[in-house]
Amino acid sequence: MDLRCVLLPGNPSCQGCPHAIGLKALSVLENPIVVVPAGCTTIIAGFNPKQSIDLPVVHVPFASAPAVACGLSKAYDNVVVWMGDGATDIGFSTLSGSAIRNDNILVVVSDNEAYMNTGIQMSGTTFWKAKTTTTPAGKREEKKDLALIMLMHRIPYVATASVGYMRDFVRKVKKASKIKGFKFIHLHSPCPPGWRFDSSKTVEVARMAVKSGAWILWEYDGSFRITGMSRMFRDKSKRIPLTEYLRVQGRFKGLTEEDVRTIEERIDEVWKLLDVLENTINKA
Amino acid sequence: MEWLKTLISRPSKGVSGKTGYWRTFKPIYDRDKCVLCYECYVYCPENCVEIVEKVVKIDYDFCKGCGICSEVCPANAIEMVKED
Amino acid sequence: MKTILTGNHAVAYAVKLSRVKVVSAYPITPQTTIVEKIAEMIAKGEMDAEFVNVESEHSALSVVYGSALAGLRSFTATSSHGLLYMYEMCWWVSNSRLPLVMAVVTRTIGPPWNIHTDHTDLMTLRDSGWIIAMAENAQEALDLTIQSFKISESLNLPFAVGLDAFVVSHTAEVVDVPDQETVDEFLPERKQAYRVDPNDVFAVGNIADNLETMRMRREMALDMEKAKGVIDEVGREFGEIFGRRYGLVEEYMVDDAEYIVVMTGAWSGDAKEAVDILRKRGIQIGLLKLRYIRPFPREVIERFDDRKILVVDRSFSMGHRGTLGIEVGNVVDCKNVVAGLCGVDVGFEDFKEMFERFVRGELGEVEWWI
Repeated sequence: MDLRCVLLPGNPSCQGCPHAIGLKALSVLENPIVVVPAGCTTIIAGFNPKQSIDLPVVHVPFASAPAVACGLSKAYDNVVVWMGDGATDIGFSTLSGSAIRNDNILVVVSDNEAYMNTGIQMSGTTFWKAKTTTTPAGKREEKKDLALIMLMHRIPYVATASVGYMRDFVRKVKKASKIKGFKFIHLHSPCPPGWRFDSSKTVEVARMAVKSGAWILWEYDGSFRITGMSRMFRDKSKRIPLTEYLRVQGRFKGLTEEDVRTIEERIDEVWKLLDVLENTINKA
Repeated sequence: MEWLKTLISRPSKGVSGKTGYWRTFKPIYDRDKCVLCYECYVYCPENCVEIVEKVVKIDYDFCKGCGICSEVCPANAIEMVKED
Repeated sequence: MKTILTGNHAVAYAVKLSRVKVVSAYPITPQTTIVEKIAEMIAKGEMDAEFVNVESEHSALSVVYGSALAGLRSFTATSSHGLLYMYEMCWWVSNSRLPLVMAVVTRTIGPPWNIHTDHTDLMTLRDSGWIIAMAENAQEALDLTIQSFKISESLNLPFAVGLDAFVVSHTAEVVDVPDQETVDEFLPERKQAYRVDPNDVFAVGNIADNLETMRMRREMALDMEKAKGVIDEVGREFGEIFGRRYGLVEEYMVDDAEYIVVMTGAWSGDAKEAVDILRKRGIQIGLLKLRYIRPFPREVIERFDDRKILVVDRSFSMGHRGTLGIEVGNVVDCKNVVAGLCGVDVGFEDFKEMFERFVRGELGEVEWWI
């Protein structure tokens, strides 16, 4: 896989940072402009007069990113928004507005399931029961399914991806770059300090999420399909136990059996829904 | 228009200096075990793995020692060793 | 060509004549008819631009921020709550030193809900680095909008053109609309200090050193000072081409005036009539209309430090006094009347009485005209 180095070495990202892995995929884009709202990547991008991202970057306030990208897209192709789940929460109406306009942009949400840049606070996509500094007893709120919500905007391309499966992610970015209109990729990005696991385990944890069925790789390009490794895990018996995925992360310390059952039920519901989508939105 | 210099930044390596100093464990590469699968290259968050003439080169000036390369290596060709 | 236009449509025509390429806005009364007119002109093929429908004012300013970064002449418009909703982006635009233009149709901030004029919304932009002008009528709204692009682009500072809700925005008046050729002669192609370009790899706005950032703010402050000269120069040039001269202020019978009233916006017209009446009675009174709030015409006001000055405000800074009362009071001693807040009508008779009391020395430091 030919990946140009987009994020230059010696940047301020934490050890084992999933965004740093994910950003590599942008190297397959031709002459992109990257719009970055506030978040971890704001820091990772470095300090004036230097920057660590070897692409044109526009730093913008939290809720504005897809709209700024829309403005840039009036002059240029290949405008990309690289944002976190925080910017997605606070800027959800901006994201939705951009999607219904079918702006010619690609939005990648690199989702580490909490507001990490401010120190691990709960977000809309924080995993069920996960501990954050604002949910010290575990998340009681629901987890929103961002990519499915975006799918319902009837945009030409929506996908989920994982930093544990870069080839799948890169293929999706490439595919998205060839489609005109609004493209959305929801990238699963396990965060070592935020999820409380060792910095060497980022890729392993990301893969365990997929192998346990907790994160599902799929794609919609007119047809809906489960993709990559996740195809194998339609069959529940082939998955690794969910507890294996949860156990390696400090944020799930102290989960009860009932908590695990609740999470499992939620995951089963998602799989059922995706199954219906795969059988319904299918041009072939 | 001095302000332009503060508003605009240009790409550079080492915006946080030589991040190799962050390292507690150092990745040591064993060429004999390497199967050239490129996993370390693909997954190194710091982009400090290069493969030159079928040999993995790690840029220790910047490698933060996260250990991902060692974890993703299917051939156990990278071992994490505690720094002196 | 002389025609009958509302203030809002006058702004729309000015935007068209200025060859704006991207317009984005979210509807809010009383701004809406500006962008409706623009959308209509684009749809009919009379204007070569793109209209971007957005879900909020925050996004409206964000869209034109993006298009302006890419080098396209861009415009948005809002009022009151819309301005407050986009407030964060207002600062991002000015601190990015990005030229673009926004019309602000001044409207009361709720609650209770109120769509009528009040300048408090526009005044919230004072500290942000936007150039702020205020039109008295539809003609000024058109003329200032055309000038705003030139001024904004020569200083790398965004420009807000204010006009009063309904009194200007929805009142039809005779407006002299210049032809395209003459506007082209006056307004050259867009220029800006930097342009985001996929082939030029740099970042805009990443974290910078504290001291360098403060230096950047000082340079902005100096450019705001420089703006005073640019505004007067562009206003003079506009006058030579179009026959209507502009500048930081309009001086109405101030030269020999013992008493000077300072105000801004639509009601200056009624106030001038009241000045005329008092003049006929031999009272040496004049009016200084602030066409610009930022940069603040401090030097002009200083010239009148030996006169008795009354500031009539349509905005108030809670815990202090009228907003312009504070501003002018920083330069010269002045009395301050706060009137017409929340759309309360203030007409010729009010001004006549107000000015008479001012001349008789009956006004306190801050008087609420209720």
